[in-house]
Amino acid sequence: MRNIVRHRLFWPALALATLITVNSAARPQFLRVTMRDGELYGALIDILRNSAPLMLVALGMTIVIATRGIDLSVGAVMAVSGAVALTIIDGSSDPNGVGTVLIAVVTAIAVAMVLGVWNGLLVSVFGIQPIIATLVLMLAGRGAALLVTDGFITTVNSEPFAFIASGYLTVLPFAFFISVAAIASIAIVERRTALGMLTEAVGINPEASRLAGVRSRGIIWGAYVLSAVLAGIAGIIYASNIKAADANAAGLLIELYAILAVVLGGTSLQGGTFSLAGTVLGVLIIQTLNSTILFMGIPSAQSPVFFAVVVVVVVVIQSQKVRSWIRALGASGRNRRSAATTEVAS
Amino acid sequence: MDEAVPLVELSGVKVLYGAERALDDVAFRLLPGEVHSLMGENGAGKSTLIRVLTGALQPHAGALSIDGNPVRFRSERDALRAGVSPVYQEIDLLPNLSVAENIFVGREPRRWGRIDWRTMRERAAEVLADLGLTVDPTSELGSHSVAVQQLVAIARALTAEVRVLVLDEPTSSLDTDEVGELFRVIRELKQRGVAIVFISHFLDQVYEISDRITVLRDGRLVGEYLTTELLRVDLVAKMLGKGIPLPHERQPYEDEADGSLPVLEARGVGTASLKPTDVSLGAGEVLGVAGLLGSGRTALARLLTGVDRPDRGVLLIDGDPRGLASPRAALAMGLAYSSENRRAEGIISELSVADNITLALQAQRGALRRLPPARARELAASWVEALDIRPAQLDKPAGELSGGNQQKVMLARLLALAPRVLVLDEPTRGIDVGAKAEIQRIVGELAEDGLSVVFISAELEEVLRVGDRVAILRDMHLVDTLPSAAVTIDSLLALVARPTETES
Ligand SMILES: Nc1ncnc2c1ncn2[C@@H]1O[C@H](COP(=O)(O)OP(=O)(O)OP(=O)(O)O)[C@@H](O)[C@H]1O
Ligand SMILES: [Mg+2]
Repeated sequence: MRNIVRHRLFWPALALATLITVNSAARPQFLRVTMRDGELYGALIDILRNSAPLMLVALGMTIVIATRGIDLSVGAVMAVSGAVALTIIDGSSDPNGVGTVLIAVVTAIAVAMVLGVWNGLLVSVFGIQPIIATLVLMLAGRGAALLVTDGFITTVNSEPFAFIASGYLTVLPFAFFISVAAIASIAIVERRTALGMLTEAVGINPEASRLAGVRSRGIIWGAYVLSAVLAGIAGIIYASNIKAADANAAGLLIELYAILAVVLGGTSLQGGTFSLAGTVLGVLIIQTLNSTILFMGIPSAQSPVFFAVVVVVVVVIQSQKVRSWIRALGASGRNRRSAATTEVAS
Repeated sequence: MDEAVPLVELSGVKVLYGAERALDDVAFRLLPGEVHSLMGENGAGKSTLIRVLTGALQPHAGALSIDGNPVRFRSERDALRAGVSPVYQEIDLLPNLSVAENIFVGREPRRWGRIDWRTMRERAAEVLADLGLTVDPTSELGSHSVAVQQLVAIARALTAEVRVLVLDEPTSSLDTDEVGELFRVIRELKQRGVAIVFISHFLDQVYEISDRITVLRDGRLVGEYLTTELLRVDLVAKMLGKGIPLPHERQPYEDEADGSLPVLEARGVGTASLKPTDVSLGAGEVLGVAGLLGSGRTALARLLTGVDRPDRGVLLIDGDPRGLASPRAALAMGLAYSSENRRAEGIISELSVADNITLALQAQRGALRRLPPARARELAASWVEALDIRPAQLDKPAGELSGGNQQKVMLARLLALAPRVLVLDEPTRGIDVGAKAEIQRIVGELAEDGLSVVFISAELEEVLRVGDRVAILRDMHLVDTLPSAAVTIDSLLALVARPTETES
């Protein structure tokens, strides 16, 4: 029992389970999944589908945070990538062609990658603080996206493009498969190679890692490129969902939700050891919470407050300090010494 | 012996880390005005006992009384209020603040509610001067050597209202002079009735300063003794549970007269602060480096291994001039550096012991060619055994090992690379007598197998014992390199300390 409680995923998993329980008690249809024309529908399926953009962005954010960094530009990168993709489709003679859409998607991702290279350059080569370095793009990116779309909200009607966000592959939404593919490939690359361990080393102690011969520059740079590429894909999913490129609204505030997902998943903002599974849980918590807010009909003006309250509760319960206080209280109640806690730097 | 009421008394102390028992039924007492040494091997539980005493750790069982009254420290703040002032083994200061701020952080002198910077600077300079240290109190702490940082930590403890001064390996990177100053301060405090807990792996220091010795072994109390009644051999036997290991007697290094090139040669390398320096190192040679605080030992080591880049001069490896762009480039050529600062530049605390040991090897292979996990564990396990790292748990986060065992992990990381040249900056810092002899033996054996070693230590005796030759540094200047056989500890001490003027 103790080991289960100690497990780093215990609290996020418990939070998600609680949310799901509360939801299914309040509305029994929450858990209901129906099959229509060989495709599954229901609130849970919606959560899996709608969480795809945040999932991608949060996975990238996890790796960036592990290197002691932060990437504020993800929302802007989403806007740019959506704008690039839609502009290409819009300008082509065959917006319904699969080839056109492929070209648009690949170009958009390539552009996002260039933006990631830029971020990584500022942070790892020029040594600019990550928060400042990525702020540049966060502010300039949306302007660039507007430039791409000439200041309009470009809309398109393209079957293959709309498929990315709303289509189904066999019985499940295509977007869900994108999430799964991203989770699986990142997990494999980080944990089957030594990249994850070296990333953690760089995040925990950059100077010790440098002395041990770790290529920290490359690792940090790579993290920003990965983050931007994933944001680029997220931008495409977002644009496909609304069938438009909206440079002002695409990915708005997503950087904050992504950071939140990472923290909810138990990865410390101080960098170092990270948990991809935790981030996945964090994203699902946020998405379920969003769905709850929608369902409960909380007026949109108050929904941020509700959101904040739930998040504060989860984060506080997870905090080591709070937990050791609770334990100390319990122990002194039983007139016993509390468990040993590790040394707190004075 | 008068049995006054102990100032501090701990009894029945038990501490568990998970399932591991770090202390079991340990008792410890401190009389007013005494210096009490706490002795034991690496991992015996000394620092853990200290943390119980300073309120940093809540024991699972045990009682604490001050002046005979039972108390309980829930935090370090409680302990500070009761006059218990600690200097921890791992320096826990803030490197990006100034020296003065570090000394007074949390209790800055105030005037009309605002921090009185001037008084703060002046008082900081005073305590530091009292410790025989002249550094600018406004300079950034992180820019100083470990030794200076250690003295700053001590100065911090001294400026509190201290009744019990707790010093966990305060001298591990100090030279004789600083140790002398520190001991003078300790004796003054003693006169005022302050009780002092002293931990050190240097037996000479323990015998010089302490009145009483408590020995721990494997988390258990062995006993409490009067220093005057405990022979050194007996102390060591009580600590280790066996006799002292013999120091390794190495075959003297033969300079091959066939004109083979030195493995590593520095010609006139220097920086803005370090004067141009010539060093040459043959295959299988151990070069000891002796010098006082601030003499340039670490600066030289860092230039030889690509950590810092020289402003002038060349490095030759096997006779070929090489520019070392980074530690990585140096490692690729077989030059490995072990920093004196294990907390900031050595240990990756949250990673496991196994990951820490294989880190450099993995970095060298590249991120994509992961060491097969089974092989990595096997390799780590073999080094854990070879260096007797305790506890022998590969998955334990390295930061949870005792100080001496962390030092061994760092050494294992570099040895796993099978380097050609090993530059060791204070490799035996904080290591117990048994393990120290062990590390000296390992260095000796590796040298016999052809590894070249640069061995830096504040302990001159060790430099002479391990080194075939000694490089003597003074005031950022290499003054001479002599065969070890040609110098004694006393003559070496004179050489490192001689003021530069007499030279000209
Ligand atoms: N934070 C921690 N978590 C888990 N185990 C720990 C922690 N700190 C210490 N230990 C374990 O407790 C035991 C005692 O460690 P301690 O640091 O007290 O030894 P020490 O006598 O100070 O040794 P050294 O001379 O090397 O400093 C060791 O086995 C160590 O691995
Ligand atoms: Mg210790």
